[in-house]
Amino acid sequence: MIRLLSVRLLQAILVMVAVTAIAFVMFRFVGDPVASMVREGATQAEKDAVRVALGLDKPVLAQFVNFLGQVVTGDLGTSYRYQQPVTSLLLSRLPATLELVIVATVLALSLGIPLGVLCALKPHAFFSRLTQSATLVGISMPTFVTGLLLILIFAVNLRWLPSSGRGDLVDIGLWQTGFLSLSGLKSLILPSITLALFQLTLIMRLVRSEMIDVLSSDYIRFAFARGLPRTYIYGQLALRNALMPVVTVTGLQIGQLIAFAIVTETVFQWPGMGLLFTNAVGYPDVPVLAAYLLFVGFLFVMINMIVDILYTFIDPRLRTR
Amino acid sequence: MKTSIKTLLAGLALLTPLSAPAFAETLRWASSGDVISYDPNAQVDSFTQSVHHMVFDPLVRRNKDLKLEPALATSWEVIEPKRWRFKLRQGVKFHEGQPFNADDVVATIQRQIDPGARNRENLSTVVGVEKVDDYTVDLILRGPYPLLLNDLAAIYIMSKPWMEEHDALKPGNASTGVVTYASNHANGTGAFKLKSYEPDSRSVFEVNKEWWDKPQHNLDEVEFRPIASDATRVAALMSGEVDMIAPVPLQDIDRIAATDGLKVVENPSLRTIFFVFSYRPELHATPGQPNPLRDVRVRQALWQAIDTNTIQKRLMRGKSRTAGMLVAPAVTGYDEDIDVPLPYDVAKAKALLAEAGYPDGFKTGLACPNDRYIADEQICLAVASMWAQIGVQANVSVESKTTYFPRTDKGEFDIYLLGWASLPPMDGFSPLQALLATNDGTFGGSNADGLSNPEIDKLAYAASTELDEAKRIEDLKQAFRITHDEVLYLPLHQQPVAWAMSSKVDMPQFPDEYVRPWFAQIRK
Repeated sequence: MIRLLSVRLLQAILVMVAVTAIAFVMFRFVGDPVASMVREGATQAEKDAVRVALGLDKPVLAQFVNFLGQVVTGDLGTSYRYQQPVTSLLLSRLPATLELVIVATVLALSLGIPLGVLCALKPHAFFSRLTQSATLVGISMPTFVTGLLLILIFAVNLRWLPSSGRGDLVDIGLWQTGFLSLSGLKSLILPSITLALFQLTLIMRLVRSEMIDVLSSDYIRFAFARGLPRTYIYGQLALRNALMPVVTVTGLQIGQLIAFAIVTETVFQWPGMGLLFTNAVGYPDVPVLAAYLLFVGFLFVMINMIVDILYTFIDPRLRTR
Repeated sequence: MKTSIKTLLAGLALLTPLSAPAFAETLRWASSGDVISYDPNAQVDSFTQSVHHMVFDPLVRRNKDLKLEPALATSWEVIEPKRWRFKLRQGVKFHEGQPFNADDVVATIQRQIDPGARNRENLSTVVGVEKVDDYTVDLILRGPYPLLLNDLAAIYIMSKPWMEEHDALKPGNASTGVVTYASNHANGTGAFKLKSYEPDSRSVFEVNKEWWDKPQHNLDEVEFRPIASDATRVAALMSGEVDMIAPVPLQDIDRIAATDGLKVVENPSLRTIFFVFSYRPELHATPGQPNPLRDVRVRQALWQAIDTNTIQKRLMRGKSRTAGMLVAPAVTGYDEDIDVPLPYDVAKAKALLAEAGYPDGFKTGLACPNDRYIADEQICLAVASMWAQIGVQANVSVESKTTYFPRTDKGEFDIYLLGWASLPPMDGFSPLQALLATNDGTFGGSNADGLSNPEIDKLAYAASTELDEAKRIEDLKQAFRITHDEVLYLPLHQQPVAWAMSSKVDMPQFPDEYVRPWFAQIRK
């Protein structure tokens, strides 16, 4: 177990270094922020001074080593755009993204699972067909189109819900939550639906196919033969087994959502990490870009590690390998 | 608006129409970007600068006609060319109650000219500041300098005791990683107090009831929200969540103008859009051959081949102002006799090219950003096809501003599109100094392509120290006359600034694109 953990950890560190390196190669192509940081009539000397102060005059390799040094000491530098330490900047944006992702996930699970079960049990019912084709639209429509459509209907035409922002926030220690105010809750609805739509479709389809699979397996047929009640067979025997892959996928999806809520956050001006990233790209705010990529890399490495470890608990055969 | 749990519960308990007085006039407006910081010395962004002006007052400010007028300074005199004396306004208070006096000005100027200040160069000629008495200060200059007042209009006075209390006497600076309390908080003497600031979400301002000046607005509160997505910003206006958006995305202008209860206000801005020529010995497009752009006849031909009328009508929807010089009418040094574009005349252009020895035209690069100016990419494509008519093959390259501007600095383009607003000084000296004068380390900071004209250099240096305003303006005009006759740059137009607002809002629009809520009225 310890050996497995240490191997995984070593791999994780290698992945992180690779992510950092790739990020740095990318930064050679996003340009430099000097033009955004000097005044209109700046002299060449002023521009050069900024470039030197930012360390951009050094070769990329030296900048990379410098950055690695920073990462090791836990200091990710100061954002050019927001003029705050990047670490605290990212942390201050984490609540917004996490709340959005949690609501979206709850939404996706609470709708996706029942709909999937329904479609599996009554594959030919009108309602099932409708759900199936509706979700096909959901999965194939780009997020920003969904978002803008929702804004158009619910914010502009009906005027029920706000088109952007997080509404009024309540401070709980360092965490700023939108859950405790009416405008905060109202603000959550449209972006979380937008973000949940893809995941909902995925879960629904997964549950449906798993259920169909499980329902045709021998033990279910035997259960029917024994005359066990239907609700028990569907709920306890079939669904529980069908849900195993759903758990895995949901776990991985949460990582996806945290990392890639970028489009949704930009459309709804949701002040989370995704919006931070979009703004950083346009500046370009290199310390934020670098830290964000590191964070996302770290997130996926962690999730994968946890999933790997969980597997060894679920399936003893994996432990010996 | 952050609320603590306590006030939230208290609010719920009261079941609250009390929390929002029914007669409060709130102006809610949205822009595409947020302020960089509330530290006046930690930014060089003209949008941020404009928002700061709600909270802070400068010593002198711009009035409704954009003319300079006394603000925190009531009068001034030039005691000797290197020493200006300012009398300060008495009885002014900062938002947090500190009285305003000479110590604040001294501390602010010292902060401004600190080597760590990002916008140090906005007050480049000032080298020192001395307190004479509680309401008199002297500014010490490096040499005679005519634009001191223009510069001071962009210097916002902060409170010394406040900076001391919060350890913010030194300016914040993102490039060296200095962050101070003043980055997220502001305490000025201005018309509005900064009540709360949430980056990328909103800034809320409330009216400063003890403002020293008589308010010309009827607002109680201003709420500013950055909304980056164009479509969402428009949606926020259409749904009534905000009263005003600036800027309006071009493609939505007609739709908004046709909507009941909304209006679009559109005027030419100060920002002049023009083409920059390379004066290097050879073009990047044709290595090994002499650069045709060094011949004035070629540059004239390129100008005469551009159908500015079509660009104005089609690409700019009739809202731009076709230009013949590098500065807009509101900028000092403007002269309508110079501001005359060369006429569109393809035959003449061809003849000029032939005369210069390029009867079949030549090849050149033509670069544009695609996310910086209005219709920037389309302008380049249109101009390239117009030039093709006289045989000039312009190879268009388009890229994002983030990679574009570093390349303009390095002189990597043959011909490229640039905009210049002459802000903050709003004076023709700005382009003269930065674009027209030879790049010698002091002047010519944005002239990276080898333009060098001794006559213009002489005028630039003369204008930089000329205290006789009439003579100085004549110097500026002379330089612009040469620029026009020699076609040193190829001006296209002043691009429009477009705002959309509820028809209940009266907000004057200014060519410098500043939103000035202290002139806003909301009708009931």
